[in-house]
Amino acid sequence: MRYLVEHSGAVLALLVQQAWLTAAALVIASAIALPLGLLAARKAAIRGPLLALLDVLYTIPSLALFVLLIPLLGLGFTPALVALVVYAQIVLVRNVIVGLRGIDPAVLEAARGMGMTGAQRFRRVELPLAAPVILAGMRVAILVTIGTSTLAAFINAGGLGMLLFMGVSQGHTDEIVAGAVAVSALALTANVLMQRLEARIASAVRGD
Amino acid sequence: MVEAAWRYALANRAMYVDAVTTHVRLSLLALLIGAALCIPLGIYAARRRPLWRELSGVFNALRVIPSLAILFLAVPYLGIGFLPALVALAVLACPPILINTEAAFRGVDSAVIDAARGMGMDRRQMLWRVELPLAAPVLVAGVRTAAVEVFSSATLAAFIGGGGLGDFIYRGFALFEPSVMLVGAVSIAVLTVGVEGLFAILQRALEALARR
Repeated sequence: MRYLVEHSGAVLALLVQQAWLTAAALVIASAIALPLGLLAARKAAIRGPLLALLDVLYTIPSLALFVLLIPLLGLGFTPALVALVVYAQIVLVRNVIVGLRGIDPAVLEAARGMGMTGAQRFRRVELPLAAPVILAGMRVAILVTIGTSTLAAFINAGGLGMLLFMGVSQGHTDEIVAGAVAVSALALTANVLMQRLEARIASAVRGD
Repeated sequence: MVEAAWRYALANRAMYVDAVTTHVRLSLLALLIGAALCIPLGIYAARRRPLWRELSGVFNALRVIPSLAILFLAVPYLGIGFLPALVALAVLACPPILINTEAAFRGVDSAVIDAARGMGMDRRQMLWRVELPLAAPVLVAGVRTAAVEVFSSATLAAFIGGGGLGDFIYRGFALFEPSVMLVGAVSIAVLTVGVEGLFAILQRALEALARR
């Protein structure tokens, strides 16, 4: 614990570095997963194979994927970002599909009856109704991304994992404990914040 | 580079076999310990709501903590080697097994249990002949999640002296020899995807059995 106080500046810098990597990965991952999930929700022929592929990719241990990306992308921020975007896909895409397909067809019928175009229906009816499930997916994706980005320190992408790897390789237990505490705090905080956001959105959708 | 990796694996066959054996032994032992602790605890918790409310908070938080932190945190307390890696991996195996076991047993239809009681079964018979077969698919799904997590995180055991296939990644990185790292990465990926596949088959078989 003393380490955290004495090196608070350095720990904070690593935390910011990891938060930045996590945020960048999530923005890119969501930008890919939303249209992909939308497409898969509408076309059954794509859904099965896509989910199977994303499942297999997710199963590949992250350290192995980082290593496999070295010949293609080298070390540092970029390969870490690519791996994180890949891992987030299965969670995000699955929840987009579940969210969109869970909407009562009668509601969509009513929207059509009101003369809404396809784009209007998507923006004003489907997306808000699917939002709680999509958001739940984002929460899990954030946790997966924080966990994996900790490992990304191994390929020189920085972040709090640096403290863990350096602590273990140099036998500095105070560094290990500081890294573990800081990264757990980051993950637990993100979890609580997302749960609150989920609850708020869910009650807004219900019209409370 | 793939060729260089192949040659390296062939030239160091004994070391490779040893790494695979350690990786599998470490992972399976951790899974067994996790299952031995968390399946009974999950069954017990499914019958006691107040206990479950407290347990689920702890285990959900444990699930949120990055696996690297859990593995490396073993070092200050248990040192380096096989044992700290085993303990950390068993801890990692616990949340999915416990959460799914509790959900599986809570999900067993109470009408089925009443019927079993009406047939004169005692508690033990009910558990083994009625509840367990019905709960098995969801329970195994939890073990499957835990297995993927454990086989995958066992890669990190190499960093704390626990051995396994991560050794090739660790050594290859230190030498900056991508072909050596590739030996570890490809083997770990194949092993983990294979284990997940086996559990998927088992889960499907149990689902078919439970439906009959």
